[in-house]
Amino acid sequence: MTNLVDAVGLHRRFGAIHAVRGLDLHVPPGQVLGFLGPNGAGKSTTMRMLTGYLAPTEGSISLAGIDLARNPLDARRTFGYLPEGAPCYPDMRVDDFLAFIARARGMDARAGSGRITSVVERVHLGDVLHQRIETLSKGFKRRVGLAQALLHDPPILILDEPTDGLDPNQKHEVRELIRQLGTERAIVLSTHILEEVEAVCTRAIIIRQGKILFDGTPSDLEARAPAGVTKNKMDHVFRSITREQQPRGEPIG
Amino acid sequence: MTRVITIFRREFAAYFATPLAAVFVVIFLFLSGLFTFNIGGLYERSQADLRPFFQYLPWLFLFLVPAISMRLWAEERRSGTIELLLTLPFTITDLVLGKFLAAWCFAGVALALTTPLWISVAWLGDPDAGVAVAGYAAAMLLCGAFLAVGSCISACTKNQVIAFVLCVGACFLLMLTGFPFLLEFFESWAPPSVLEALSAMSALSHFEAVLRGVVDGRDALYFVSVIAVFLMINVVIIDWRRGG
Repeated sequence: MTNLVDAVGLHRRFGAIHAVRGLDLHVPPGQVLGFLGPNGAGKSTTMRMLTGYLAPTEGSISLAGIDLARNPLDARRTFGYLPEGAPCYPDMRVDDFLAFIARARGMDARAGSGRITSVVERVHLGDVLHQRIETLSKGFKRRVGLAQALLHDPPILILDEPTDGLDPNQKHEVRELIRQLGTERAIVLSTHILEEVEAVCTRAIIIRQGKILFDGTPSDLEARAPAGVTKNKMDHVFRSITREQQPRGEPIG
Repeated sequence: MTRVITIFRREFAAYFATPLAAVFVVIFLFLSGLFTFNIGGLYERSQADLRPFFQYLPWLFLFLVPAISMRLWAEERRSGTIELLLTLPFTITDLVLGKFLAAWCFAGVALALTTPLWISVAWLGDPDAGVAVAGYAAAMLLCGAFLAVGSCISACTKNQVIAFVLCVGACFLLMLTGFPFLLEFFESWAPPSVLEALSAMSALSHFEAVLRGVVDGRDALYFVSVIAVFLMINVVIIDWRRGG
């Protein structure tokens, strides 16, 4: 199966800080990849590189077979992106904002309004469609961010902490949506909520200090728990993976 | 081009989505009236022309134009929407041009609202229409140059106040390079060719040249070049901040 996301040898330095150190990532369609790691592990940096917001210091990225560095505009058409914190223009109304995104995605007015209607229904934004974004609750803002990412029905979705700040009902809804979307798309989502990985992901990657420490299915991850641990197995494994090298200061490799 | 229009439409509407547009237009009209009538003495001069209006316009622009440009990029950076914008299928040139043109058109709207002044003068006397047209053209060009500088500075920071203050400073220098007190600073050590170049760079002298109604292609070219150079630097700054 051809991969939709292919990232090879990604490095990113910010001055003296080496945030991402040689990351390879291949995601086929139908896979929901959970990107895990403690704060500052390089999750957001990696996602920003995958979407072209940050240029990698080294390495190459191709999305649906299109090289991001060589053909950035076409590559950007292949994915929908929910940046960290779901930023949207606060002074715009939800419908105006989505219409702007539709135009930005090259849809004409008719195609755009058709897509807006279907996406709004999918993420339940109908009640707030004519409200200004700054007046919305955190949950609704996040849904506007999701709607924006889904508008052009992309084969790839890159979601930075999609359920952060949502209440349990909203979390459940968003996870349900991601599961449905993930059947034929490639989805990369970052989170530090471990139950989310169990609930929606078909593959989990744990990174720390910009390096991959674990890559496997959520059940592989759980199976790593030592005998005797019966509750919060994943928590236990996550802690042992991300903490074991810490006293030495330098990461492995 | 469609992509530039998409950005232009959003940006232009953004000025009117907040009280910014109303506050700006009211203050601009109030101050331009004050300068024209009270300080410029439009009536006392007993001459039917707009000289007092145009004469003080650069000083008004010096403080008001940075207020339009300061939000262009700084706000996107502060709110994080820049991440959205730079991952949509736009080139950086589309974004820079769309934003600049929206700001320029907004300033054009404010300037267009001063035309009742021209109508009154035309009703009172028989002013030279060519001079007035040249004046408005010069005002738009000067405003465009300041906006290009402002957009460029706004791209460097996420703090709008810093963008405003730096822009006022930069526009002040652009306006007055070539004036004696600034030239003196360079006189002692810079070679004559540099001094000559500096004195040719003053936005104010080019503005006044157009104002006299003698439309010289070189003056227009000067403003167009300033706009083009700063917009190109703007593109480079945005691209550079993506790193690599």
